[in-house]
Amino acid sequence: MRAIKKYWPIFLIPTMAAFAIGFVIPFILGIYLSFTKFTAVTDAKWVGLKNYATALKDPTFVHSFLFTAAFAAVTLILINVIAFALAMALTKKRRGTNVFRTIFFMPNLIGGIVLGYIWQLIFSGILSRFHTALNLNSRLGFWGLVILVCWQQIGYMMIIYIAGFQSIPTDVLEAAEIDGANARQTLFKVTIPMMMPSITICTFLTITNGFKLFDQNLALTAGAPMKKTEMLALNIYNTFYGRSGFEGVGQAKAVIFFVLVVAIAALQQKLTRTKEVQQ
Amino acid sequence: MDKKGKWYGTTFLTFLCIFWIFPVLCVLWNSFKDKTSINLKPFELPAGRTFVGWENYAQAIDKYGLLKSVGWTVFITVFSVAAILICCSMCGWFITRVRTKWTKFIYALCIFSMVVPFQMVMFTLSLVTNRLHLTTPWGLIVVYLGFGAGLAVFMFTGFVRSIPIEIEEAALIDGCTPVQTFFKVVLPIMKPTYISVGILETMWIWNDFLLPYLVLDIKKYKTISIIIQYMKGSYGSVDMGAIMAALILAVIPVVVFYLSCQKYIIKGVAAGAVKG
Repeated sequence: MRAIKKYWPIFLIPTMAAFAIGFVIPFILGIYLSFTKFTAVTDAKWVGLKNYATALKDPTFVHSFLFTAAFAAVTLILINVIAFALAMALTKKRRGTNVFRTIFFMPNLIGGIVLGYIWQLIFSGILSRFHTALNLNSRLGFWGLVILVCWQQIGYMMIIYIAGFQSIPTDVLEAAEIDGANARQTLFKVTIPMMMPSITICTFLTITNGFKLFDQNLALTAGAPMKKTEMLALNIYNTFYGRSGFEGVGQAKAVIFFVLVVAIAALQQKLTRTKEVQQ
Repeated sequence: MDKKGKWYGTTFLTFLCIFWIFPVLCVLWNSFKDKTSINLKPFELPAGRTFVGWENYAQAIDKYGLLKSVGWTVFITVFSVAAILICCSMCGWFITRVRTKWTKFIYALCIFSMVVPFQMVMFTLSLVTNRLHLTTPWGLIVVYLGFGAGLAVFMFTGFVRSIPIEIEEAALIDGCTPVQTFFKVVLPIMKPTYISVGILETMWIWNDFLLPYLVLDIKKYKTISIIIQYMKGSYGSVDMGAIMAALILAVIPVVVFYLSCQKYIIKGVAAGAVKG
């Protein structure tokens, strides 16, 4: 394959040039600017760790972290349990499974902004009967976001779990039946261990999606009331574009956010990968 | 499971499905309602005085230029996905077949970029694109190619590893240049991966809000997500009727796309996840 090697400009340059503009340069610049005070790149002044200190002392940032962590934990459990149950129900012989799958998956294709406004209509219709609204009560805002994200992502995770169920060899399940295992034993001792690869993927996706959530948050509550439903991504956005002079702090928050997401993803992978069994 | 249990299950699933599509249907009938009655009574069907026909759609199209932004969204999605598919499949094939420390580095970088949240690069990305004058839909295609490269290269390399190298070697020995080999031999074999990657990237770009919002010159170009956010966030009275119409116009292409290539979408999602 030596002959290919000298053709590298044709194969690599288009992607790599765009990759540099869209990712590599902004990423490196972002790390650098998090240690400076700036409004444009040319006036950046080195300030060391000051931006990080300001970011960590910002009560809205800490609150948004706690809010996001709670949100990610709740959606992680709800989405995975419901999607797993649905996948189990829809891999049994039953009439209309294809129609059910189609409908459950559909919300996933709708964009976050559109989803946010669709649900805003529904929630305001329900809550106005109780003389309240999503943007008046942060607890309602939290659960509103949870319902929206569950509605959006359950179908997606369901599809992954269905693929997982279909790849379990039937002889293992038959062996469990012959050995006299009841339904619960089969589920916890055979099915779930065999499903660990799918569970790893789905928990990874739900937890990172939970932490990165932005569009839905902006459209549904926009942080109201009083920034109490502001999640990490929206908090960073508001730091950048909400007030001038805080760009460096915003960038420092973004770096913290990045490290956090990578750490959580790595930890999650470690926890679930070890539980996977060889087939 | 006995027959009765199955029947209960199916009934329960049916109710759940109705609940699942209810929000979209609710927006649909509200898009035909008088704008003052939308917020007050969203669950009532349009009837009598509250029914306004296509007026909301006409408002959204005339006043906010909705069709134009649908057009831009289609333009950006189609060309970005095409660019990603062609460039990233070439890159993915090359870095799998030519193993040097550089190609390994590129592969590692692509994986790394998939984990990085957008907020990490959003501000600096808008600085870079402003400086390079990439604030048009054409420029946005370059940005999408760069930002979507991680997932696409990763999926293509995964597939190239599974195809036997002998076919390509035979083509090279028979006198094909590497470029010919790629387009005549490798590309046809990779068709399933093109479909999976194409679907994943289409779903992402069509619905994306923040990236185009920060990169594009908003005064001239708006995508659907941007225009909906703009209609809701603009000062003065919010035209709920026009928003309902815009939401429906944003959802319809997605639903049509989904129903017409549902088989591939579901396969693409499953494939993307297994490799991710």
